[in-house]
Amino acid sequence: MNYVFPNEINVTWTVMIVLYPYITGLVAGAFIVSSLYHVFNKEELRPVARFSLASAFVFLLFATLPLLIHLGQPQRAFNIMITPNFTSAMAGFGFIYLTYMIIVVLEIWFVMRGDFIARAKGTGMAALISRLVLLGNLKESKESRAADHKIARFLAGVGIPMACILHGYVGFLFGSLKANPWWNTPLMFVIFIFSAIVSGIAVLIFHYMLIHKLNGWKMDQPCIRAMGKYLWGFMIMAVSLELLELLSIAYKQTEEWEVLFELIADKLLVTYVILQFFVFSLIPFMMLAVAALFKLRDRIANVLIWTASTMLLVQVLLMRWNVVVGGQLLSKSMRGFTSYLPGLWEKEGLVVGAVVFTLPFGILYVFHRIISLFPDAEKRARPATGGQ
Amino acid sequence: MSKKVERKLSRRDAIKALATIPTLILFRCNAPETGEPAPGAADGYKWEDYYWGYSIDTSKCIGCNACVRACRDENNVPPGVFRTWVERYRVDNKGEVHVDAATDGDFVFKEAESELEVEKAFFVPKICNHCSKSVCNQVCPVGASYKTEDGVVLVDEERCIGCGYCVQACPYGTRFINPTNHLSDKCTLCYHRITRGEQTACVQACPTGTRLFGNLKDPNSELSMILKQRNYRLLRPEMGTHPKCYYLELDAEVV
Repeated sequence: MNYVFPNEINVTWTVMIVLYPYITGLVAGAFIVSSLYHVFNKEELRPVARFSLASAFVFLLFATLPLLIHLGQPQRAFNIMITPNFTSAMAGFGFIYLTYMIIVVLEIWFVMRGDFIARAKGTGMAALISRLVLLGNLKESKESRAADHKIARFLAGVGIPMACILHGYVGFLFGSLKANPWWNTPLMFVIFIFSAIVSGIAVLIFHYMLIHKLNGWKMDQPCIRAMGKYLWGFMIMAVSLELLELLSIAYKQTEEWEVLFELIADKLLVTYVILQFFVFSLIPFMMLAVAALFKLRDRIANVLIWTASTMLLVQVLLMRWNVVVGGQLLSKSMRGFTSYLPGLWEKEGLVVGAVVFTLPFGILYVFHRIISLFPDAEKRARPATGGQ
Repeated sequence: MSKKVERKLSRRDAIKALATIPTLILFRCNAPETGEPAPGAADGYKWEDYYWGYSIDTSKCIGCNACVRACRDENNVPPGVFRTWVERYRVDNKGEVHVDAATDGDFVFKEAESELEVEKAFFVPKICNHCSKSVCNQVCPVGASYKTEDGVVLVDEERCIGCGYCVQACPYGTRFINPTNHLSDKCTLCYHRITRGEQTACVQACPTGTRLFGNLKDPNSELSMILKQRNYRLLRPEMGTHPKCYYLELDAEVV
């Protein structure tokens, strides 16, 4: 045993290709949260509505960066739109990404036009940027606001299926590869969508609570509780789907199962079985269940929800790792496994990965400096700090 | 009334025109560059006369790896990656299958472990199957990977973006990202040689006649005759890739 085809000893897709679905997942998830407010009128999500939209935008800005770092010929990246080969699932990427970017940018424009106008009337860099964003049009009226609202709502509605396509497409990229038994499943599409929503809600809770804590702002309790419940619901679906997938291949006991079992029980024992399922799924599941089902004091509920969110962020990252890297550990010879440990300083290593993942948060901060993402919390805090 | 009809027609025409634009773009982008053989082909080569296939008689292979060395010399294959390789199968007295390949140094198989009681042994050369319905071509997002009219799967080095999707899609593990130019790389069936009427480097180097390539379009070619007279197997036919590498005397253990 253990024979790997000689070209498979080195893993082709590594850290960057783990990060790419992770980041697009955050985009899709965050966008869906904003749409829950804009389309489905979930009033309790109002405090994070614009924060989630802005988060989706900044993550979307950086979704292509890991891909560019990964490509052997990044200067030819636009070939994917200039000479697309439409029999390839990947050929849709440029068009899907671009369409989604247009929707998100327009959505932000229409949702925040009023804020940009207010900012544009001031002075300084932020006012200049705001005027540029507004294309010089600073007029605002009751009618224009109503029209903006209507368009934003429409865009948010269109954005939901687009978010599913953007991320479901990533799942399809893997799920449609018949040569790889660890990837080859139609469920991959659905699993990716649900895990995307989980990661999106999780990153919003994690970041929202962190920002409020650090700034000493009052958190919106109903919002946190509601997000906690949504997170709980979506994580149940995501994990169930993944277990269902595993159960069905295990139960069918096909030829592939023998080698997949070895992959799970040996090569992915730590990252998949122990970490992804037992530690980072089961524990957050219980925490969120307690927070959702019992009457707890806000402080305790918040600790549970924040910890669970942080853990689920790691869980989804682990899931991406186990899919992307796990699938390549298994040789197509079906006779053995290769191994992979990421390097620290290499081009597609951990440091570059960490930088890529941190950049969106930096841009989000710049965004916040121009248009406040939490105007209510800041307003509430202002008199208090002013009085001290 | 007639006015209405006119308007209807013109609207339909407008829709037609609108539908034509993306259709044209689609076909323009995917237009196969027919009319002349792929780059690297020799002058005067008539590709419409050929459809290349390959056969490997595993009962003849002695595992000398001369083909592997010849391929590397001919095509400047960098260390650590392979356009072709030879697998050694050894089934021991407990029925366990041991497989390995000579992948470094002079590409010579390591001495067999003395404690291994081998009951059956054979060698299986591996190469790109130049599939009729190759999945690597299907998944290439930019159309860099393609099959020539004469049945050879090649990579357009001017177009490839090095994404590695084809590497993941090939069920046979015959593709790799070339570490020197960061492009997708694979066996070209020595296209530069066969279009000049020469043999592929691996076929020429093989001392036992294990490897044979030939014209499937010619019913009297040696390859066509062999396929008519002998039993053969394909690798992973369930993948639906319709490989054109035909294995004679292939053991069921081989994938």
